[in-house]
Amino acid sequence: MQKSLNIDPDKCTGCRQCEMACSFEKEGVFNPSRSRIQVFEFHHEGRFVPYTCTQCSEAWCMKACPVDAIRTDGGLGAKLVNDDLCVGCKVCTIACPFGTINYVPDTGKVAKCDLCDGAPKCVEACPTDAITFIDAAATGMDRMRKWAATNNPASAQNA
Amino acid sequence: MHHVIIGAGAAAVSAAETLRQHSKTDKITMISAEGANPYSRMAIPYLLTNKIDEAGTHLRQRPNYYDSLNIEVIKDVAVSLDCANQSVMLENGGALSYDRCLLATGSVPLKPKIEGINNSRVHNCWTLEDARSVAQYAQADMPVVLMGAGFIGSIILEALALRGVELTVVEHQDRMVPRMMGEKAGGLLKGWCEYKGVRILTSTDIVRVEQRSETRLNIHLSTGDVLDAGLLIAAAGVKPNTAFLQGDQIVVDHGVLVDEFMLTSYENVFAAGDVAQALDFSSGKREVQAIQPTAVEHGHIAAMNMLRASSVRHRGSLVMNVLDTLGLLSCSIGIWQGVEGGDMVERFDPDRYRYLCLQFDGEKLVGATVVGHRDHQGALRGLIEGRYLLGAFKEVLMKDPNKIMEAYLAVAQTDATLVR
Repeated sequence: MQKSLNIDPDKCTGCRQCEMACSFEKEGVFNPSRSRIQVFEFHHEGRFVPYTCTQCSEAWCMKACPVDAIRTDGGLGAKLVNDDLCVGCKVCTIACPFGTINYVPDTGKVAKCDLCDGAPKCVEACPTDAITFIDAAATGMDRMRKWAATNNPASAQNA
Repeated sequence: MHHVIIGAGAAAVSAAETLRQHSKTDKITMISAEGANPYSRMAIPYLLTNKIDEAGTHLRQRPNYYDSLNIEVIKDVAVSLDCANQSVMLENGGALSYDRCLLATGSVPLKPKIEGINNSRVHNCWTLEDARSVAQYAQADMPVVLMGAGFIGSIILEALALRGVELTVVEHQDRMVPRMMGEKAGGLLKGWCEYKGVRILTSTDIVRVEQRSETRLNIHLSTGDVLDAGLLIAAAGVKPNTAFLQGDQIVVDHGVLVDEFMLTSYENVFAAGDVAQALDFSSGKREVQAIQPTAVEHGHIAAMNMLRASSVRHRGSLVMNVLDTLGLLSCSIGIWQGVEGGDMVERFDPDRYRYLCLQFDGEKLVGATVVGHRDHQGALRGLIEGRYLLGAFKEVLMKDPNKIMEAYLAVAQTDATLVR
């Protein structure tokens, strides 16, 4: 069964260890702004929400890419950016309706969550189990993925 | 069933892949007019800066990709369409009969009506062939004039500047990318380009092109000034490529008119991408958009309906553009101009080349312009296309439009984020 990130905002304390781990793993720096998972704050609710790509099957980023630089990893189902092919045109960054693929000026390429080859560093770093890597069914990410499948804004299946 | 796709761009490839995904047995033929493997015009600027080679412009880069999917790519030109006999006439290879035909012929550059424009040192920068010519002439320190600072002109602008040419841009309108953003944002782009050493002349026309010497042109401007140029690049807009459609079988307005199933006025003939005049998400009217994400959507939806009539309805594509002008990122999405009676919030920080503008219709976000920010722009699409009621988050955004991601998570991802 495919695994996916499961995010439980109730358990997030806003410590940003996930952002530090991600930016260090992927960019070699401890810099939350370079992280591919981002924690958003809702002051009124006292709530923190870690947020990243769901690896949705609609894969707007992949379909919009004009140079074949985003592909699916067969085993993980992750959508991976191939840095050798990416030209940095940024079409994927506006095509993804989740806002989870972003341009990195330092590299001239886009970056997104790739599930760290099946061992996500954000999960290892999270001290409260707010982020876990579990079977895909019925996770919050799965709900987001279903949202992606049923809310494809450009088209609607006729009955 | 035989599907014939006229064209080999983003819409064509998207359609061919969708057809194959849903039918293992149907015959699929793509007609590529340029003698090249299906490639992306969007990648041409990166070819000009040597970031990629020609193979790097290909829409799909896996070896034998089309063969492996049993998609036949014919290198030939469709010269006409015989709807009654369901047949496409080819320049070199007789006729191809079809059960379903997709017009995905893209667009062609507008030819400006200017005295002296037919000159070997005047080029478009639209096809791979054009790019080879531009690369030949646009050498370091060569004075180059670029006509047009629309979206395409602005993309080429960056490539030319990075090649080290001595660049002057001449734009008819009063600002850069006038159809993509307003005065403040367009003004920021101009200021930034000038700061980076590119000369930008707005509200200016080229009135005459004169051969000054074997290798140089005189470019006469409406201001009376004359520019020295070794190359003039015309980027004065594009129009749907409908020239091969003769007679009145297929109804053409600005582009080929299609219904919500991407079907043209003639049975079994569909259209997709730049050539199609199809439903616009924001206006509910049929418009020519000529952008990459729309081409991909069109191709997919057309293919679904080629396989099974009236099976997937197009809800309309959202206009969106993203631009990088010499390191300054900008994008605009949807009705960036705003709607009558709607609310608007903007933040303008010219010293830092930053601009952010959100347009609302009641409680919904309908458009946005962003300059100098880079993260989570896709969520703007999510919010606009989802037609979410922002509720209390409209006030949040009116006070601080930077809170777009928080608003998105709260109203669009309630299930996953548990924010109410």
